[in-house]
Amino acid sequence: MTAFADTAIDSVPRPGLGERLDRYAGRLMVLPAVIILLCFAIFPLIISAYLALSRFALAPGGFTLKFIGLSNFRKLLSGSQQYHFLGTFGAFGPAAWGLVALAAIALLYCMARYLRGGSVTAVGIVGRLIAVSLTMGLVLVSVATLATSGVPGTLVTTLLYVVIGVTVQFLLGLGLALLCAQPIRGRNFFRVLYFVPLMVTPVGIAYTFRMLADMQKGPFAPIVRSFGVGEWSWATEAWSARLMVLVGDTWQWTPFMFIVLLAAIENQPRDQVEAARIDGASSLQIFRDITWPAIAPVAGTVVLIRLIEAFKIIDLPNVLTGGGPGLATESMTLHAFIAWRTQDLGASAAVGYMLLFVSTVVCITFFNFVVRPSRRLES
Amino acid sequence: MSTERRTLRQRLFEPESLDRQAPVPKIATYGLLIFWALIVLIPLYWVLITSFKQSGDVANGPFYIPFVDFTPSLHAWDFMLLQNNTLGPYINSVVAALGSTVVAVVVGALAAYALVRTRLEVKLATVLTFLLLLAATIAAVVSLGVPWPIALGSAVVLFILAVFTLTHRARLALGNRDIEFWIISNRIMPPIVAVLPIYIMFQQLRLLDTQLALVATYAAVNLPIVVWLTRDFFAAIPVDLEESAEIDGASKFRVFFTIALPLVRSGLVATFLLVLILAWNEYLLALFLTNANAQTMPVLVSAQNTTRGPQWWNMSVLIVVMIAPVVAIATVLQKHIARGLLVGAVKG
Repeated sequence: MTAFADTAIDSVPRPGLGERLDRYAGRLMVLPAVIILLCFAIFPLIISAYLALSRFALAPGGFTLKFIGLSNFRKLLSGSQQYHFLGTFGAFGPAAWGLVALAAIALLYCMARYLRGGSVTAVGIVGRLIAVSLTMGLVLVSVATLATSGVPGTLVTTLLYVVIGVTVQFLLGLGLALLCAQPIRGRNFFRVLYFVPLMVTPVGIAYTFRMLADMQKGPFAPIVRSFGVGEWSWATEAWSARLMVLVGDTWQWTPFMFIVLLAAIENQPRDQVEAARIDGASSLQIFRDITWPAIAPVAGTVVLIRLIEAFKIIDLPNVLTGGGPGLATESMTLHAFIAWRTQDLGASAAVGYMLLFVSTVVCITFFNFVVRPSRRLES
Repeated sequence: MSTERRTLRQRLFEPESLDRQAPVPKIATYGLLIFWALIVLIPLYWVLITSFKQSGDVANGPFYIPFVDFTPSLHAWDFMLLQNNTLGPYINSVVAALGSTVVAVVVGALAAYALVRTRLEVKLATVLTFLLLLAATIAAVVSLGVPWPIALGSAVVLFILAVFTLTHRARLALGNRDIEFWIISNRIMPPIVAVLPIYIMFQQLRLLDTQLALVATYAAVNLPIVVWLTRDFFAAIPVDLEESAEIDGASKFRVFFTIALPLVRSGLVATFLLVLILAWNEYLLALFLTNANAQTMPVLVSAQNTTRGPQWWNMSVLIVVMIAPVVAIATVLQKHIARGLLVGAVKG
């Protein structure tokens, strides 16, 4: 018995420390990343949840935290801060009702198509219900606050930045990428130049655009004055101020769309394009039938990345307008920051959580219903 | 064949050969490209010349061309670089950006490699136990006033006990795809949600307003991007080389550092630059976590809006010195970055 054991040990060398370590190598390699994310994402998220559910007050020698349930959220959605977060609702006209009805019909149609499609799962239904109800809520709030007598709050302002900004940046980036993919001389110069705005710090962009848009001392002042509107200032009107934020954001982020889409266009099957051209296909046909299907998955992913980042906007509105005039340009992150500065930690965390909820649902919905189908298009 | 006459319309609108453009579309293309080039250049040009202006040149302006309608002066440069303490924030920015990028790339690449090349499994019960204990610890510290070392210690003991007894038998487990999704999805979280607790955490550790706090936070924020990009680089290299090295007795770590990493060099460069730029330009976290000591450049720039109104010329100097190095790097390595992003965007 003992002899047998001895020979066994002799013939199969005992695993050394290195080998045993190697068996756990995968886990050890992931561990640092997991620890870092636990410390800086999960742990803060839990504390933030606690802050969002309590009232913070400075007290002699420190501070007190009192658990108050959901009343921070209630304050934002229906209480004293409703005007700030959701906005002031205007009266619904026939056009507004039409828009709401249209959105409702579209959402119901999507839901019905899914239910009749056969492959229905519990997770699918719950996910779709969340997505549909959030979309409907956002449409209602947007329509109500953008109506003539309404004033949009930070939620709608953030949505405006995200939806308009990302759409414009995508279209501009795609257009420029198509132009740069043409067989012309100097395209390398243009592609390097167009890439530059992405490198500039957003705070710097905000100040630069303030200088440029100065109606008295800016470079365009003489032109503006010749139109006789020299006394007017973009910063005093809600829509022109929002437009300025969007212009700065577009200047910075169009290059991102451009650079990735250009790389994707140059990766498309060249022989197919050439064959189509010899057969006499028009540029539009080539784009629709060859280029677009080839770049659709990449397009879906860059828009998703931009969506994720666009929800976090703060630098531009904070420096460009300080959130003004009134609340016109205040994004949700800026709202949370201002609440923090006024020592209202509960409200700040609650706004942060609302932002987290909205952006997560929007991004996951976009991923499931746009990015995934676009990948199937390719294969 | 070559004598075939082309009508004027054909000569203007239809290309002679496939790799050339006809004159009219060509002019339109150039026109649009130059138009956008101007949109890119005008703001940069204006910042550059404003940095050479004095207060009078701005107040009586606008003036457009140095030496023609105003005399450039180095007054603002002298003031910001020699008399004012700009060097401090600049060094802070360099340290925070470089340090955090190195940490994020090393940690992220290790994790991405493990996710691609090894089989990982975490029991769902373990995760739930962990979250439950974490929440309980926080509740105990915050509302019951238990000192945090005691709460943390007992939670760790309980967790280890639970792992070796209860969760061993659980069936449901999370695999590589789930872990990867979790890591990458952390990027969706807006930093404003996490920044208050991070602030409190560093305050407790007495690390508020230090470079270390910035390095750690930036590394954490950018880690998901590194994992997302490098994952695809590792997945794209053939597995044979690594396998034969492993048969020869090399450990996983050795294979990672000596074989896998060198193979994805160019992808790593792209990832490194992208993360470096993000960290270099970061504003919100620096605004919360720094004060006088560890202030970074974006915060310094935004602080130039003084009570006497914005000092445009000083601000422009800061913007120029901030964007010059990244623009230089990006110009040289633009192709790398584009390719790196494309690989990430294709596989997602």
